[in-house]
Amino acid sequence: MQQLTAETFDQNARAALRDPVLHGALRNLADNFVGRRKNAIASVDDWEGLREKARAIKEETLLHLDEYLLKFVESAENAGAKIHWARDGKEACQIVIDLVKQSDAKMVVKAKSMAGEEIHLNEALEKAGIEPVETDLGEWIIQLAGETPSHIVVPAIHKTKEQIADIFVEKVGIEKTDNVDVLTKTTRRILRERFAEAEVGISGVNFGVAETGTILILENEGNIRLTTSLTKTHIAIMGIEKVIPKFADLDVFLKLLPRSGTGQRLTAYQSLITGTKKNADDAGPEEVHIVLMDNGRSRMLSHPVTRQSLACIRCGACLNACPVYQQVGGHAYGSVYPGPIGAVITPQLIGISKAKQLPYASSLCGACKEVCPVKIDIPELLLHLRAEITDGTAGGSPDNPERKRRFAESLAFKMYGKAWSGQFSYGLGIKAARLMQKLIVRDGKIGKASGLIAKLLPPLGAWTAWRDAPAVAPRSFREMWKDGSIAEARTK
Amino acid sequence: MKVSLFVTCLVDQLCPNVGVATVEVLRRAGCEVVFDERQTCCGQPAFNTGYRKEASKFAKRFIEIFESSDAEAIVSPSGSCTAMVKHFHELFPDEPEWRQRAEKIAAKTHEFGSFLVNVLKVEDVGAASNEKITWHDACHGLRDLGIRNEPRKLLKNVKGAEFAEMENADVCCGFGGTFSVKYPEISAGMLDNKIEMIEKSGADTVVACDASCLMQINGRLSRIESKVKTKHLAEVLAS
Repeated sequence: MQQLTAETFDQNARAALRDPVLHGALRNLADNFVGRRKNAIASVDDWEGLREKARAIKEETLLHLDEYLLKFVESAENAGAKIHWARDGKEACQIVIDLVKQSDAKMVVKAKSMAGEEIHLNEALEKAGIEPVETDLGEWIIQLAGETPSHIVVPAIHKTKEQIADIFVEKVGIEKTDNVDVLTKTTRRILRERFAEAEVGISGVNFGVAETGTILILENEGNIRLTTSLTKTHIAIMGIEKVIPKFADLDVFLKLLPRSGTGQRLTAYQSLITGTKKNADDAGPEEVHIVLMDNGRSRMLSHPVTRQSLACIRCGACLNACPVYQQVGGHAYGSVYPGPIGAVITPQLIGISKAKQLPYASSLCGACKEVCPVKIDIPELLLHLRAEITDGTAGGSPDNPERKRRFAESLAFKMYGKAWSGQFSYGLGIKAARLMQKLIVRDGKIGKASGLIAKLLPPLGAWTAWRDAPAVAPRSFREMWKDGSIAEARTK
Repeated sequence: MKVSLFVTCLVDQLCPNVGVATVEVLRRAGCEVVFDERQTCCGQPAFNTGYRKEASKFAKRFIEIFESSDAEAIVSPSGSCTAMVKHFHELFPDEPEWRQRAEKIAAKTHEFGSFLVNVLKVEDVGAASNEKITWHDACHGLRDLGIRNEPRKLLKNVKGAEFAEMENADVCCGFGGTFSVKYPEISAGMLDNKIEMIEKSGADTVVACDASCLMQINGRLSRIESKVKTKHLAEVLAS
């Protein structure tokens, strides 16, 4: 399958909108997750207070990230874990590959990890001759299909039962069935075999506790527990922003994350891993490696507005609540991180010049900000990135059609800035519009613009392709005010 | 109370009757309304598209004009434009004096419906209508200004009118300023969901306190020749 990129968001989105199967799947997502989240947060006495607390913990950590990271490293090493630092995705992949090769493994079992997706770890492992086996059901389906996740929490949300059944027929070789039980049992049978043979397990990290060196990973299927305890070597990939100061802080995040993400009071499994096993008879790996990865994160730390991007706990609530995501799904964003949080993180991770459309892929409705458990002001971030783009600091190649469009837009805004900030020119503008609209107004409104007019005035063309446009009123409010027709006498 | 009307450019040019209705209701509630003809636009289109330099020019101009009045409050028939005024201070990170002036102006600027209920303490303006009404929560009024119950209280007190809450009243209509023409297909998809909920509510009139959402919703209702009408809150309350 050809990978979509963030640069072609508009085309990706149009294609997604034409996909009725995707639309059905997305509608289910919105109906299920939004409702479940609402019920789950109702079971907490002081949800707002919890959000405040979580944000405060994240703020404190991010302001002193260097100190907390060093503390985490010290604690984790004391518990027997080995720490590796990775500046970027490439380095992180290489560290993982080297570790796998050291243990002579030809395959690895993988727990669902967004950090792993972010650095395209599977691709790198395959290139190095190592077979990665995804063990999360959704991730496994996506891997079989040769696709990428379309959601942070539910990676295969874009697939229907029917489509999944077809993948099983083609890739696993079972008879076609719409019985979900058969599909999951087949998955279980196959993956258990892979677990049994695996020497190395790779996971992500939800939280890393500086105080104790513990990492916490949440899940519902038990595959993460297996990945991190059956194998001899456990490699955890952890973004540097995942650290939190104290073990007790987990209390706050454990209340927030499952409720926000899947609408659960708690996930079925919470794996707390503090270094390696202490006794030979204990369960758990002999080696625990934690790869601390920057990959653009320290850049985000430098500005108070962008810093809050690092507070994200990857719950996916903003995706579920976002009416744009609900329309186009995750793949349209052309990025590992889709939806509102993806629209702000992706440009910062891969460079804004490669993702200039994403900050505009929002109506700024603020539904994301409303549901975010750590109170990230995503609209503020989107506006911040938009300003960065129009500054011209974002660059872009001169032959990029996007740049041409941007030029026309910036000219239009300069003209608007000049004309509409003066009383006289503003009045003149209205009069001119009134005169010109005579050509296109019928019955007091503007219907679908003709080809020529749509070409001359692209915004009008875009608007009227779907909606009638209002005509400029024959007399403006200010004209009525001036000539006294809004007189005191009219009121009782 | 002396009130300075910030009519907004959309209302001024596209639906001046909303401005007239706003004035009428405010007067009925005992306000003296003044209107400074120098006002134009709050600059939100520039701000939301990322053109901060242009936006700050609009903001400074707005602040100067509205500072010159001795009115106790600035009232606007738009949650979105009111929210923009509350954002002005963000445009002056390096100009503390302007920042302060922006905050001062923002503190006395109110959206029309919340001004009636929260400042004037009026929940019944004596309006009457025989319409079946549903309310659309415009995003900026709802999430930037926290306005949810105020318009509902006002509408439920309209004599003879029936109020029918629609599902997903607080979900965006898809307007989003330049978003509506940058990504018209997505915008229209969101809009169609909204229209579906409006029609499902059985209302014959959908009401909001933002000319922009109403323009978006009405544009589609008109295109599909729906019987449902759009009205601004002020128009219903002036009836």
